Amino acid sequence: MAEEQKNTSAESAIDVNRRQFFAKLGLGSLSIAAAGTAAFAYQYLQPNVLYEPSPVVNQGKPDRYPLDSVTLDVNAGIYIIHSQEGYFSLSAVCTHLGCLTAWKPELGIIACPCHGSKFFVQADANHKPGDKIEGPAPRPLPWKRIWLNDDGDLLVDRSTDVPPLARDSFVRI
Amino acid sequence: MAKTADQYFDELRATRVWRSIFRSGTGSSTLKRALAIQQNVFLHLFSTKVRTRMLSFSATWYLGTLTLGTFFILVATGIPLMLYYHPSAPQAYNDTKDLQFVVSSGLFLRNLHRWSAHAMVFLVFAHMFKVFYRGAYRTPREFNWVIGIVLLLITLLLSYTGYLLPWDQLAYWAITVGSNIASATPIIGDKIHFLLLGGNTVNANALLRFYVLHCMILPLAAMFFVAIHFWRIRKDGGLYAHSSEPAVRRANAAEKEGQ
Repeated sequence: MAEEQKNTSAESAIDVNRRQFFAKLGLGSLSIAAAGTAAFAYQYLQPNVLYEPSPVVNQGKPDRYPLDSVTLDVNAGIYIIHSQEGYFSLSAVCTHLGCLTAWKPELGIIACPCHGSKFFVQADANHKPGDKIEGPAPRPLPWKRIWLNDDGDLLVDRSTDVPPLARDSFVRI
Repeated sequence: MAKTADQYFDELRATRVWRSIFRSGTGSSTLKRALAIQQNVFLHLFSTKVRTRMLSFSATWYLGTLTLGTFFILVATGIPLMLYYHPSAPQAYNDTKDLQFVVSSGLFLRNLHRWSAHAMVFLVFAHMFKVFYRGAYRTPREFNWVIGIVLLLITLLLSYTGYLLPWDQLAYWAITVGSNIASATPIIGDKIHFLLLGGNTVNANALLRFYVLHCMILPLAAMFFVAIHFWRIRKDGGLYAHSSEPAVRRANAAEKEGQ
């Protein structure tokens, strides 16, 4: 008898009447719908197609860039540097907060106008081009992949970083 | 004998038209006065009964009401500005210049919008300092302090999103820098940056998103929280703690004991 009573109480604990069942069903469906809405909203807010400029930019014939010159392409946000080792490309976008840096020929460095970061262009014993001299920038200016296409134009892929001073990071002519 | 303005008003309130609109009649009993507030769609947001000193005028209106005043100016000037401004990359800068140089009174509206925006940020901070130094963030007002912080953030976001809309060099670089600060958030920083701008760089999508945030989402959020903020101020018995309040009495007693 005692065992029977126990059973009934255990059953009544999980037993729900019709009203409670439909209330739970309703709340459950609403929760699922709310979660679905949140997921759809999150996806909706992320554009699937971006009408942004291509990361690969054509920088023209190499003979545009004299030896030991630093050329800023303002629209592409990159430098084309013709050094003794060859042509290479540095990002012109400051690694601090994304401002466009500028080449300072009188100082021989790259400087950011926003918060005063400065970067090396000439390599020396301890520094590679792109390394920080001073300022808040957390990382060196990255090197970008550069190559010659079949027409003999310099192409730069702004979405691909390459290791500084590596053999393939230069175009040699 | 000439009637006073109050008597004219009482007569007006007794008319059928008035009663059909506001549902409450004349009479100065507590019940009638309470009903006049509670049954009015606009006034019912306020608590039915408040202390008289809550309705008294002061020089700065606790700074918060002045802040609300600048917000109203910003809404009233912002809506006409929207009539000439297209939030699209090729047109936004030219529209801004047209507002400045071509549209009648455009310069006045734009400057009023700009200076009110500056004043609102200044007043919000002044209000916050005043509340802080008067200890008005303590019980029972701690929740209203939190609402106030939300309103401070909304004000700063309104300021920030409005900064991009002229679509000039200053706007472009300010938003480039600002959105890069957002991407410094641990783990989800780059995602926030992407969602905020609707892309990887500040371009047409970013302009449109900032426009919608500036003109729709943030003002609506501000109104929602302002309603709660003001309701709580009246409900909590004013902006500042008064010496009769239990919390203040306890603090004073504790201070005396310490001495």
